Amino acid sequence: MPDTPFIDDGSNLPLSELRWPDDDLTRIPDWIYTSDEVFQRERERIFFGESWCFVALEAEIPDPGSFKRSYVGDVPVIVSRDQDGEVHVFENRCAHRGVEFCRDLRGKAENFTCPYHQWMYDLSGKLMAVPFRRGDRGEGGMPKDFKLEDHNPKKLNVTIRHGVVFASFSETVESLEDYLGPDNLEQFDVVFKGRKLKILGFYKNRLQGNWKLYHENLKDPYHATLLHVYLATFRLMVAGQKSAMICDESGRHSTMASAKDDDIEITEETASQMKSAFREGMELSDPEFLNYVQEFDSPWTVTMQIIWPNLIVQRELNTLGIRHIVPRGPNALDMYWTMFGYDDDTPEMDKHRLKQANLMGPSGYLGVDDNEAIKFLQDGFKHSQDGEGIVKLEPEKEGSTQTLISEASVRALYRHYREVMDI
Amino acid sequence: MATNQQRDTNLSPDEARALRFDVEEFNTEYARILDAQDIDAWPDFFTTDGFYRITGRENYDAGLTIGLVWCDGRPMMQDRAAAVKTTMVHAPRYLRHYNSNVRVTGVDGDGTIHSESNYLVVETLMEEETRIFQAGLYIDQFVREDGGMLLKSRDCIYDSLLIPNDMVYPV
Ligand SMILES: [Fe+2]
Repeated sequence: MPDTPFIDDGSNLPLSELRWPDDDLTRIPDWIYTSDEVFQRERERIFFGESWCFVALEAEIPDPGSFKRSYVGDVPVIVSRDQDGEVHVFENRCAHRGVEFCRDLRGKAENFTCPYHQWMYDLSGKLMAVPFRRGDRGEGGMPKDFKLEDHNPKKLNVTIRHGVVFASFSETVESLEDYLGPDNLEQFDVVFKGRKLKILGFYKNRLQGNWKLYHENLKDPYHATLLHVYLATFRLMVAGQKSAMICDESGRHSTMASAKDDDIEITEETASQMKSAFREGMELSDPEFLNYVQEFDSPWTVTMQIIWPNLIVQRELNTLGIRHIVPRGPNALDMYWTMFGYDDDTPEMDKHRLKQANLMGPSGYLGVDDNEAIKFLQDGFKHSQDGEGIVKLEPEKEGSTQTLISEASVRALYRHYREVMDI
Repeated sequence: MATNQQRDTNLSPDEARALRFDVEEFNTEYARILDAQDIDAWPDFFTTDGFYRITGRENYDAGLTIGLVWCDGRPMMQDRAAAVKTTMVHAPRYLRHYNSNVRVTGVDGDGTIHSESNYLVVETLMEEETRIFQAGLYIDQFVREDGGMLLKSRDCIYDSLLIPNDMVYPV
């Protein structure tokens, strides 16, 4: 995509010369979204650091030999299940010349063979065979001291909770339970504990914005009441409604929660604050579309959980899914969506979920708004001169909050981020 | 996997040719209203109980049921049209729709016409270069009502798995 190259936004300064404005968490400098050096440090310290990254749902790899292509940060990995049922995650990169050897999105295999020189790996990512290792007719071949076990693709640390597979390049990362903290663990379990998942399908889209903007978006309930006309118009999320932003201690993870209230009165005052974000009197031709079937032990009709650094767990009414963030340099991210229901869903529930899936995703009534807004933001950053944003709402708080009109959890995230990044 | 497969047809070459012309005429008008972004007119191309879905080829081939857009009945399509027009926030864009390679694959006893055809959508954002937005296959069922044809079902199966940003309008 052609870009306007004539504006120097300062993002190519060396990291050592970039300064957070006055050390002030209410101000976010544009360069954290555009600098190549910042992005490189994020890869090393966040995606390859002391983090658990989402890689798969077990339902995607149900049988021995099942595998899928996935990513940790922007590094391609294979998630596979071996003949004993154990799940492995290893780099999708041949130890010989670096070929990304597994090309199928998902499938079943007995082993993986790199097409370039036929090096063969088993389902746990162990190098099993190298053709002509001893040469041909006494000539050529690998050196005598070549050992297969010295040439495995990098293997990642793996942990699974209720069918959700996480991986980490770190050997020293804390347990997933400690990583999430008790409150976000509780929200996570609402969706995953006790019921077997059924995969309904996949979407993928490339957003023209920095990957952190997606985190901010889900830590910014203020926008939900203003950008998403659909939410307000159909009273799915309105200022004044019962809601919460549930952050963990570190500020990394959060769950935006809200309870739909069909009887909530939208006062003239609220309506006038919402300006064009509210369409009085608009009604659905198919009103059943927004029905909520109570199926969770939770007071919330919507929870949007974001688990640092790459997973979103979506529970909006009865449409469920995960979104997997794959950062693509400072200016873009790919979003991998997996939509699911539960194995014991009735045909009616199946259909209800398929209908409500219209709310989210790359064509969602709400999804489109966010994708567009993130592009508008990045367009602003790319063409700025010493720009910065302000996040001052609800100044007395940092982290969890009960009101939608707050940016307290965005500030909590950036306190954590600045510590890890040392910027 | 049904996409792009040779399928047996119960039609003579002349019958298939005549029907193909009808389908092409229908699709030309359908593309015209989408090019014009006349979204209110879109649901009228379907029967009251019509079905419409957009989904990636990876889902279709694996028999997965999800849709990017999934509308069961014209009321759901009207709700989507209203959302596109009234509530969904998006940058202005031009879209151009191309339809070709229509293959009428059969007619059922009740008159339902089965056809498949390729589609291509080209997108232009106001200050960006024109790009191919989506390539895909329509898998259609048509019925005749009141002298005209209507879609009983349109499955839009796209090859372009990685969607650029988002997809605001139906195809
Ligand atoms: Fe949003």
